[in-house]
Amino acid sequence: MSKILIRGAQVLGGEAQDVLIDGETIVATARQGEIDGSGTGLSAEGATVIEAEGQILLPGLVDLHTHLREPGREDSETVLTGTRAAASGGYTAVFAMANTHPVADTAGVVEQVWRLGKESGYCDVQPIGAVTVGLEGKKLAELGAMNDSAAGVTVFSDDGKCVDDAVIMRRALEYVKAFGGVVAQHAQEPRLTEGAQMNEGIVSAELGLGGWPAVAEESIIARDVLLAEHVGSRVHICHLSTAGSVEIVRWAKSRGIDVTAEVTPHHLLLTDELVRSYNPVYKVNPPLRTEKDVLALREALADGTIDIVATDHAPHPHEDKDCEWAAAAMGMVGLETALSVVQQTMVETGLLDWAGVADRMSFAPARIGRATGHGRPVSAGEPANLTLVDPAYRGVVDPAGFASRSRNTPYEGRELPGRVTHTILRGRATVVDGKLA
Amino acid sequence: MMRHLISAADLTRDDAVLILDTAEEMARVADRPIKKLPTLRGRTICNLFFEDSTRTRISFEAAEKRLSADVINFAAKGSSVSKGESLKDTAQTLEAMGVDAVVIRHGASGAPYRLATSGWIDAPVVNAGDGTHQHPTQALLDAFTMRRRLVGRDEGLGKDLNGRRITLVGDVLHSRVARSNVDLLHTLGAEVTLVAPPTLVPVGVETWPCEISYDLDSVLPKSDAVMMLRVQRERMNAAFFPTEREYSRRYGLDGDRMAKMPEHAIVMHPGPMVRGMEITAEVADSDRCTVIEQVANGVSIRMAVLYLLLGGNDSAATAPSTTRTEESK
Ligand SMILES: [Zn+2]
Repeated sequence: MSKILIRGAQVLGGEAQDVLIDGETIVATARQGEIDGSGTGLSAEGATVIEAEGQILLPGLVDLHTHLREPGREDSETVLTGTRAAASGGYTAVFAMANTHPVADTAGVVEQVWRLGKESGYCDVQPIGAVTVGLEGKKLAELGAMNDSAAGVTVFSDDGKCVDDAVIMRRALEYVKAFGGVVAQHAQEPRLTEGAQMNEGIVSAELGLGGWPAVAEESIIARDVLLAEHVGSRVHICHLSTAGSVEIVRWAKSRGIDVTAEVTPHHLLLTDELVRSYNPVYKVNPPLRTEKDVLALREALADGTIDIVATDHAPHPHEDKDCEWAAAAMGMVGLETALSVVQQTMVETGLLDWAGVADRMSFAPARIGRATGHGRPVSAGEPANLTLVDPAYRGVVDPAGFASRSRNTPYEGRELPGRVTHTILRGRATVVDGKLA
Repeated sequence: MMRHLISAADLTRDDAVLILDTAEEMARVADRPIKKLPTLRGRTICNLFFEDSTRTRISFEAAEKRLSADVINFAAKGSSVSKGESLKDTAQTLEAMGVDAVVIRHGASGAPYRLATSGWIDAPVVNAGDGTHQHPTQALLDAFTMRRRLVGRDEGLGKDLNGRRITLVGDVLHSRVARSNVDLLHTLGAEVTLVAPPTLVPVGVETWPCEISYDLDSVLPKSDAVMMLRVQRERMNAAFFPTEREYSRRYGLDGDRMAKMPEHAIVMHPGPMVRGMEITAEVADSDRCTVIEQVANGVSIRMAVLYLLLGGNDSAATAPSTTRTEESK
């Protein structure tokens, strides 16, 4: 196996260090210059040297919420193109949502996705299993069999749809306790969001687009944290989008309820004012909310009420977005821009330092998803899953350069800071100098 | 004038008054033995209707023909949100055929805006109603009708609706007519009040330039015009109000209620009317009700809009007079 020496990177944004990788493992970290010299007794001879002065070294990012679209919608994304996009964005592990065709609701489908991830070589793929058969919300899927499978599923979600039946949700929360699983809820009360196309408020009233009230999200979160408390299980809430959701999660945590929550990069930056353009690139579920919500979400991510950033990477082919708003598919790609958006909204605003970013984008998501081998400290003996970021970089987003098969980004033409220069998956560089290896 | 007419909110006071004044000129054409101007001869206008509306389509078609334009009627079948029916494809077909303007009716809010701004097509776009968003020519014809009745046909020229008190009653939530009218009437200086049950008032309405009331009876005595909005019966299932009977008791306009309005006040309706529930036959058939005039005024307004978007910047007064070379009668 090959050796890599990363020289002079700021580990988690802290001190500049040298990091030596041998094979799949970090074998040493030391003050800058020590590994090259004789201080450690470790030889960097034969190592590929990455000069990383001024760059930030993070544990490989982990995305708890990715849509890879395979099987079924390979025109949008495949496991291969999606993991290449993930590597480009600095990710070494992604959790693949279950709303594929067929739905990932059996051991067979989750094993297929898991195997495709292994074969891709760009990023570990941990499949998420559906909570209910066919995402229909009626009958529990074989949660245990998916956990027992080679994929070892730990996270279950009907994402794209809400598990709205309170009894089904209760049973799922209870059942996964047997093997330490977690149910990730897409909180959207279906009756309150019939015909909904954007955030309900001033802009929807003006545009005549069906409103998606904040309370449709908040009422489900409130119910689910109470259910989790009642049955003594843990629940994870996907993509929080409102200030009210933050308040509920904050209350639940203060009460000792085992709840974790995520926010997407786009909900940290964009507001429903953008929908005035009727450009479907801004059509997403949950919808973009108001400035007040954005600020509450940032604050909650900073203070730990929201545990993690998850991309909700939702690739769609051009023709599904190049149409009128009502006909357009919901979702945006996010893997390749997530870290830049977090840098802009959280780091450059002083809300979070890089150690905080490492926590919200690697340590915590790995912990919630039980992704052993990821979200580990950057220290000797740990698996060499790493991401190197140049925070000084400034560039305009050009989707033509995306590794994802889809281009539905809301950031086209927007300047974002930061760039992933290297991604290392178990000792092998998947991205070198900003390009896929 | 701007290049497209997508929203009544895009019109300045002067734009709007110019359209109303031009429509008065156009209305005179209807009084002539030969109801035709050569203004748009050789120009092709497509009426692109993704949603059925015979009344609106015929109104535009009449306007186009009176201006001597060549007319293509394109009716797209099926739901606006079903995949495979592509607005973009249709637009590009029309572009290739060299149409000079597109009048579009679509079930999806924002579709005309998208058509005008996406680069799919170059021609001017006139919104003939999109989803629950806007119906600007409807608002213009309503304002035209009000100006004629409340200010006067000739006295109204050059004037707006400053200080007039207009009340819109009914399903504001789903009404593109309400949205367009609030924007335009405010621009023209009118004071607008929306009256509806709270379930049919959109969340976010607080930024609209109008008053909101849940009580029709208290608003009627101070209204110069009362416009009844259509209530779709299918809304019943979504629990917007308990029963048709209760709705009509609280928000329907009957003879007793009409008697509370000032002497000069008019009753308007964008049509088609649901007699009984939102308006009684007695009111609908009274001479204070302007429904038939609104239909006639619609043609004049649409002529004015198409003329100004396609013809030129001058007032219609300087447009060539009627021609005898076209079909006579
Ligand atoms: Zn979701």
